[in-house]
Amino acid sequence: MKLVARNLACERGGRNVFAGLDFTVEAGGLLLLKGPNGAGKTSLLRLIAGFAEPADGNVELEGGHAELTLGQHCHLVQHQDAVKSALTVEENLSFWAGFLGGGDVDAALAALALERLRTTSAAYLSAGQRRRLSLSRLALVPRAVWLLDEPSVGLDAASLERLKDLIRRQLAGGGLVVASTHVEIGVPAAAEIDLGAMQEAAA
Amino acid sequence: MKIEKYANPARFLALQERMQPWLTGSAAFIIAIGLYLGLVVAPPDYQQGETVRIMFIHVPSAWNAMMIYTSMALCSIIAIVLRHPLADMAAKAAAPFGAVFAFLALATGSLWGKPMWGTWWVWDARLTSTFVLFLLYLGYIAVWQAIEEPRRAAAIARIVAIVGFINVPIIKFSVDWWNSLHQGESIFRAGGPTIYPTILWPLLVMGLGYTVMFFALEFSALRTEVLARRIRQMEIAEAQGS
Amino acid sequence: MKVLAALVRRDLTLALRQGTGAGTALGFFLTVMVLIPLGIGPDQALLQRIAPGALWIALLLSVLLSSDRIFQADFEDGSLELMTMGPAALEIVVTMKGLAHWLTTGLPLAIAAPLLGFLLNLDAALIGPLVLAMGLGSVALSLLASLGAAVTVGIRRGGLLVSLLILPLYVPVVIFGVAASGGAGGVNIAGPSLMILAAIALVALVTVPFAAAAALRAYLH
Repeated sequence: MKLVARNLACERGGRNVFAGLDFTVEAGGLLLLKGPNGAGKTSLLRLIAGFAEPADGNVELEGGHAELTLGQHCHLVQHQDAVKSALTVEENLSFWAGFLGGGDVDAALAALALERLRTTSAAYLSAGQRRRLSLSRLALVPRAVWLLDEPSVGLDAASLERLKDLIRRQLAGGGLVVASTHVEIGVPAAAEIDLGAMQEAAA
Repeated sequence: MKIEKYANPARFLALQERMQPWLTGSAAFIIAIGLYLGLVVAPPDYQQGETVRIMFIHVPSAWNAMMIYTSMALCSIIAIVLRHPLADMAAKAAAPFGAVFAFLALATGSLWGKPMWGTWWVWDARLTSTFVLFLLYLGYIAVWQAIEEPRRAAAIARIVAIVGFINVPIIKFSVDWWNSLHQGESIFRAGGPTIYPTILWPLLVMGLGYTVMFFALEFSALRTEVLARRIRQMEIAEAQGS
Repeated sequence: MKVLAALVRRDLTLALRQGTGAGTALGFFLTVMVLIPLGIGPDQALLQRIAPGALWIALLLSVLLSSDRIFQADFEDGSLELMTMGPAALEIVVTMKGLAHWLTTGLPLAIAAPLLGFLLNLDAALIGPLVLAMGLGSVALSLLASLGAAVTVGIRRGGLLVSLLILPLYVPVVIFGVAASGGAGGVNIAGPSLMILAAIALVALVTVPFAAAAALRAYLH
């Protein structure tokens, strides 16, 4: 299984965010996205997730299930945390477990040490705890590709270690991770793309 | 297909520049003939007298209102299926004209109705569905106003145009049926009991003239739309460069 | 199947806990029911004649104006995007969310409305047909309202635009709904009108999910 992009171009609000992007990420590989704000890291992640058509080129998951879209092979964690305040931590996770076709709520709670907060209403969570709840979706259902947009924001040191652990286990299991982050993951990146440099070169 | 040769906005601009004088000219010419036939040559109706002549403005306006909405829906379908770059812009440019023609149809119908039935408004099927059509136009225009990003506005506008178009016959049918329920309302028949040739010909000429007039207006408005889109792209490029 | 049940269950739970379901819609409905007689006058015979129509109008306004929450919250907190990455197609997701909204707002109102008809001196014989017609018609009303919600989900203060877009589509529903309630032309045409109302609801059920999903995708871009 590998994630392949060929001549990928993205347009947003009428302007070209990036163009002519090629990359290949093999199974067990980590792709790091670098660049300043507005360089297109989030746009690229959302493009892979399937929220937009590329302006040019294409991106595919070779070796995946043919009947599923690329997005349906992915987990996406971005700035918005998709947490419902009116539900408890457990209810939030069990909804996603059910909606995504079956998942392990206990494993997800354990992944970022949320067991104690199991029956707490999400309204009482701190920002960091909400972030952890959002990230624990990664451990809920196994998915081939993880798309992470600045996942370390709002995490304390212990949670950050757990996140790195999750990522390492995903990679060790043959999954792929595409992440935009300034923090060291502790795993050698298979590839790095500097979207900021690409933009400057194009201009 | 020959149409695609003119799909390129730049090619369209060239085409528009060549055709515009002809379109405007022939529209004016045909309408002038129609008005002469309708206002001078055609005899006054034996029932309604001179007021029947409002029909020569009223009926073509109503035809245009319906025709324009149909073409907007068609453009939207073309935009979805063929991804023709001008299709969305053509629909957007046409909408205000459609709204004006619908309003004209309503206003002239109202002016006609007062001497004919003694009332400014009546809820018969045609008037009611034209009123709803007017509202559908306003809604479509409002979508383009409310959404800033042109791509997104186009995507939403297409849906609104097509859903609205599906509903126009349903609404007409339901209001027709509703009128038949409530007997006692006067039934409006266009042009009176029969249409004599002396009235039919001016009507057809005016219908043709109005159609050509719409094309003349549409070409000009589409040109404006294409140029406005260009300006926006240039402004974005300039903002990016600095 | 489990997937869809999870979605409906969550939406029902959220509606019940957040209290934005039938509660506020009912409050709005009652307000309209007070304003109508105040605007028209206390003539009981007149009120009885307009009662079915007025109830339908109050119902459709209440359904329409409470519909913006169908997609708004999920759109804003990123849940909607994640839902497009699940095993269920977005069209099905839209239908299920519409169903949940109908169960918490459209249907309760449709049942309550005729019972509140006494405020307009509604002929008691019409309560039965009204409940039936409104129960069926509320499906169409809810579906079209969810279409309006989808089309305006990313627009700030889209409420006015929703009204302009969807109220024209309500014309056939009102016409056949009132007729099916035995309100106009007597009980003879109630049967056929109910059939046509059902047809409208079915057509909406088949077409609205596609249009609404297309609209949502435009905003997710």
